[in-house]
Amino acid sequence: MLTIDQATYDAIVAHARRDHPVEACGVVAGPEGSDRPERLVEMVNAAGSPTFYEFDSTELLALYRRMWDADEEPVVVYHSHTATEAYPSVTDIGLAGEPAAHYVLVSTREHGNNDGPVEFRSYSIIDGVVTEEEVAVVPELPPIDAPSDSS
Amino acid sequence: MAIEVRIPTILRTYTGGEKAVDGTGATLTALIDDLEANHPGIKERLVETKNDKLELRRFVNIYVNDEDVRFIGSLEATLNDGDQVVVLPAVAGG
Repeated sequence: MLTIDQATYDAIVAHARRDHPVEACGVVAGPEGSDRPERLVEMVNAAGSPTFYEFDSTELLALYRRMWDADEEPVVVYHSHTATEAYPSVTDIGLAGEPAAHYVLVSTREHGNNDGPVEFRSYSIIDGVVTEEEVAVVPELPPIDAPSDSS
Repeated sequence: MAIEVRIPTILRTYTGGEKAVDGTGATLTALIDDLEANHPGIKERLVETKNDKLELRRFVNIYVNDEDVRFIGSLEATLNDGDQVVVLPAVAGG
């Protein structure tokens, strides 16, 4: 299951809407092993395409260097589909390089740049096997040391 | 002569889970052959043969001292003792 806070969810959706009809892409980094998507990083789609996305190679290295320095990893890797459903394409599956990440797909095919519901779905992609998972949108991620809802 | 090579998560099955390994080689091709000798199978994930020529895979990025090797000779890029090499799969899809 992917647990994501409302503000990050909204920011991903807003990014997808803003870039439509080009595919939007980015990551949400979090502490290694925590499964907490804490730091949204919008990336430029170097392909600038409605059917393909690719992080610029120099920006990709800068992104990973910053994560390594902070003991972070990409907890979420997201991109949008602008004409098709929010399901990983054959290309997405073949190129998925982060087995521990939640691959989030947002589809803007219904409303494009405008407001309105979007498909927001999450998957694990491991060795070519796609498994959809539940998405829990919470007001805020729970405190690290207090997993219960005692607050 | 030692060159530190940073290995991405998805290729750590070849390095026994190690995030970084040491290798040697005067060029990137030589370094990849050296990696293959110690971590069999890794070469095939980095390069492919196209028109009888060995090429870096399209969706694999390799950096030498933070420079994308595609800008410095690709597989012929020269290496020196103490260089830092980073391997990162492209983050891409359709």
